[in-house]
Amino acid sequence: MNKTTVTVGLGSCGIAAGAGKTYEKIRVLKESDKLDFELKKTSCVGMCYREPLVEIVDETGTYLYGDVNEDRAMEIIEKHIHQQDPIRDYIVQTDLFDAPENDFNEAQVKIVLRNCGYMDPESIEEYEERGGYKAIIKIRDEKISRMDVIQTILDSGLRGRGGGGFSTGMKWKLANGNKSKEKYVICNADEGDPGAFMDRSVLEGDPHSILEGMIIAAFAIEATEGVIYCRAEYPLAIKRLNIALQQGRGKGYLGKNIFGIEGFDFDIRIKEGAGAFVCGEETALIASVEGLRGMPRKRPPFPAQSGLWRQPTNINNVETFANIPWILINGAGAFASYGTEKSKGTKVFALAGKIRRSGLVEVPMGITIKEIIYKLGGGIKNDKKFKAVQLGGPSGGCIPEYLSDTIVDYDSVTATGAIMGSGGMVVMDETTCMVDVAKFFLDFTRKESCGKCTFCRVGTKRMLEILDRITNSEGQQGDIEKLEDLAYQIKDNSLCGLGQTAPNPVLTTIKYFRDEYEAHIFHKKCPAKVCRPLLTYVVDPEKCTGCLVCLKNCPSNAITGERKKVHFIHQEKCTKCGVCYSKCKFESILLS
Amino acid sequence: MRIARKNTKTSSWLKNDVNLSLLDPLIHKYNGKKGNLIPLLQGTQELYGYLPRGAFEKISNETGLELSEMFGVATFYAQFRLKPVGKHIIKVCHGTACHVQNAKEISESLEEALKIKDGETTDDRIFTLESVACLGCCSLAPVMMIGEQAYGKLTGNESVKIVKNIRLADNN
Repeated sequence: MNKTTVTVGLGSCGIAAGAGKTYEKIRVLKESDKLDFELKKTSCVGMCYREPLVEIVDETGTYLYGDVNEDRAMEIIEKHIHQQDPIRDYIVQTDLFDAPENDFNEAQVKIVLRNCGYMDPESIEEYEERGGYKAIIKIRDEKISRMDVIQTILDSGLRGRGGGGFSTGMKWKLANGNKSKEKYVICNADEGDPGAFMDRSVLEGDPHSILEGMIIAAFAIEATEGVIYCRAEYPLAIKRLNIALQQGRGKGYLGKNIFGIEGFDFDIRIKEGAGAFVCGEETALIASVEGLRGMPRKRPPFPAQSGLWRQPTNINNVETFANIPWILINGAGAFASYGTEKSKGTKVFALAGKIRRSGLVEVPMGITIKEIIYKLGGGIKNDKKFKAVQLGGPSGGCIPEYLSDTIVDYDSVTATGAIMGSGGMVVMDETTCMVDVAKFFLDFTRKESCGKCTFCRVGTKRMLEILDRITNSEGQQGDIEKLEDLAYQIKDNSLCGLGQTAPNPVLTTIKYFRDEYEAHIFHKKCPAKVCRPLLTYVVDPEKCTGCLVCLKNCPSNAITGERKKVHFIHQEKCTKCGVCYSKCKFESILLS
Repeated sequence: MRIARKNTKTSSWLKNDVNLSLLDPLIHKYNGKKGNLIPLLQGTQELYGYLPRGAFEKISNETGLELSEMFGVATFYAQFRLKPVGKHIIKVCHGTACHVQNAKEISESLEEALKIKDGETTDDRIFTLESVACLGCCSLAPVMMIGEQAYGKLTGNESVKIVKNIRLADNN
């Protein structure tokens, strides 16, 4: 009989939801009641919306419990472990009976996330049990040549998952072709897109797969040193990477003559990013590793020719590296069997925003956006109307509901004006104002512009001023055209990806939601009721109880009324600050 | 431009009331290594919570790094602070997911309750309020983080309550 195991999901999202306390509670109960089960830790399985998650595997089957706070943990231990009576109401996924989230994994294909949530990320043994480091051992034992490794990656059709979509095999081939004693492999883990957390989950959940991917890249291009450039905002990822690096060194997987391959010296260090979005751009990232301001430079020369310390350098994204070992074990054909003609394999998406199941999903390329949102994401929160989905963060764009049959591959997404990006997918409903969203992203890129190119530095500021005006009820005839004109100038005259893509959110929202811009400018109305200066606050006489709260809190004395009598808002005095709306306990302040 | 958002008040920055000898092991570790500037600044900030002016001068004198270059790097990256911070740093997430779920309300409520603006520190040096781009807990939006603890699915009132409780716990 196998021993019962209880596994708690301890990724960043789980910990934020209180999984640390849940784990502690179970540990204390296990000790005080002398319970006979194995308590394990794992990372994010992707079901962030049900965190904290606890999985119990016993002789009868596998049960995944969701929303397990301390009280529920106590109940579950009492009923499931003591009395062997699983609590059906709390079970979100199981293979034994119908549970609410049973279909969550159905349309998913897990290549990148193959180990995330299925093993203890702090254990190299568990990684090896699950087939880890077999790819590099295969290369050694079968004496596969560098060129054959590169050819396999080329044949697989793998393209850079950081957003650029450049062929990974081609990158390696170029780096291999430039001869030098010193060469570098860099892992870009500077996941800066707001709303994207795929890389974080892989780093936290399966750090060894990144190391193995980097080791294989180092073998292929004959690199001597590796650098993982990781955001400092991801402390847990950095901690787990450090543990993984130490374990790797202990086993001779990093250092001199690694894996017993004569002359293969390679070690990896972590470089913590200091908070600059532009450092996701590879030439800026290199400048930052060198300890300088992270400002991009002109290409060519490409990093493959002259990168870190002027030496040939290969930079790939976290998700790209995580694919590598799988491809070498299962073959280029197996990988290429997923996806479309030009985009092979799978893509991980971080679902967030107004969606029921926010979390992490990995789907084969070629699936439609609609399928992701409705099949995997469970549809829109609170049964609101689906309006648009934002892909690719500040460099991407908004795809409207009527284009939701667009398939996920690099070229189809680009055709809509958005970009595939790194995989952030933020869902918006009827209560999201598209002008406000465009303003949000532009404000972000304006702050993050490094200041090198005039068009990006000044142009984004001018565009933001126009958007500020529009959302402030001061929009003018011709504003939309001005925005478009500036947008194209910025795109054409910026050096790096940040500037070239910064206007995308504005351009796509103008393209698909021009009526919303026009409503703001010409009718001084915000259809989604978000932009406060364009709203009118009135009291609903049916609901107002005359409690005086709004009256007392109004900073401009625009509300009059007496106790237990319906209040009145004097529009000429109202500054539209929204205080009455947020203070009213009876929802009696209406927006129109 | 990035430099514009550092609202540096030189007056508080000039005070040299920190123990600079704490820097010695750090300088010893990184002196002469290539690409050492950012790790040096990160280490300094870990020691003092911000980058004191005296530390700039000491590092420059002992390592030969140019002051202008150091200042350029320190003002480029969002991580570095030139002013002392409060005991608790409140990071309110303004990522996309939090933005569409009204993160603005969280910031505004906290600004009102603490009587400070974004980026400022309360007079008693207990709280510093900051907006950050994304904490990566998008499924719990809107989110704020105080110390290592993240708080999710917030409303304005809840966030104020949390901060008040921390202040109460501190006073006891």
